[in-house]
Amino acid sequence: MNQWAFVIAAYAVALTAVAVLVAWSYAAMRKDEAEADRSGGRRE
Amino acid sequence: MHALANPARFLRIARPATGWLLAIGLVVSAAAVVGGLTLSSPDYLQGETVRIMYVHVPAAWLGMAGWAGLAAAAVSQIVWRHPLAAVAGRAIAPGGAVFTAICLVTGSIWGRPTWGTWWEWDGRLTSMLVLFFLYLGYIALASAERERGGEGRITALFGLVGAINLPIIHYSVVWWRTLHQGQSIGVSGSSIDPSILWPLPLAFVGFACLYAASALMLMRSGLARAKVEARLRRNASQ
Repeated sequence: MNQWAFVIAAYAVALTAVAVLVAWSYAAMRKDEAEADRSGGRRE
Repeated sequence: MHALANPARFLRIARPATGWLLAIGLVVSAAAVVGGLTLSSPDYLQGETVRIMYVHVPAAWLGMAGWAGLAAAAVSQIVWRHPLAAVAGRAIAPGGAVFTAICLVTGSIWGRPTWGTWWEWDGRLTSMLVLFFLYLGYIALASAERERGGEGRITALFGLVGAINLPIIHYSVVWWRTLHQGQSIGVSGSSIDPSILWPLPLAFVGFACLYAASALMLMRSGLARAKVEARLRRNASQ
């Protein structure tokens, strides 16, 4: 049993999941803040 | 905490903090991954699979810390009616679900070569799976309550009741000695040799910064959405 295959799989899962979380949060923030700015509000 | 009750004051701190947390999180996580994969030693018994610990253990801690934060937000919403508490709870939950899922999947990947099985209905594994389902329930409830225009009090109560699972997870390895090993890192020290332990705190700090950045970004998103909705309601009533 090649132990490195399990190590690489675990790191791939963890890093992909964290990257998706950060990218999704960033996209949501950008979209909603842009919409708030567009709808006539200034940033406090 | 009450000093941050004003959303404008909160945003003045959150905007620069988001960038700093992202930058520190990326650098420290990258260092932890390089250290964990190339610089630390293999374990004499587990061999190379010990490296999975550097992503599995911080993910477990953050999954539990996320629910503790969510429960603190629930208390501050129910007791002090903190205006940002519901937004904070909704922002903390997705990251907690992701880290709990990482813990479950990487633990399963580690279990196959080490224990000879992908899954066992052991106390620790099962209570972590329950935590993952609690996160899914919280996210669904928060979303439903928000769509119906609620203040999020039912969601907050759910967050508070779900915190009962945290001591169960912590003491599961004491109460039910089945497959998962007992606690090897505690407040008083660690039974793990320092030569293989050092990437672990690094990975925890890196992932924690990225989790905090994600939560801040989702809070900013939630506040912006609330502002748009308030404006739409104001326009409709005029």
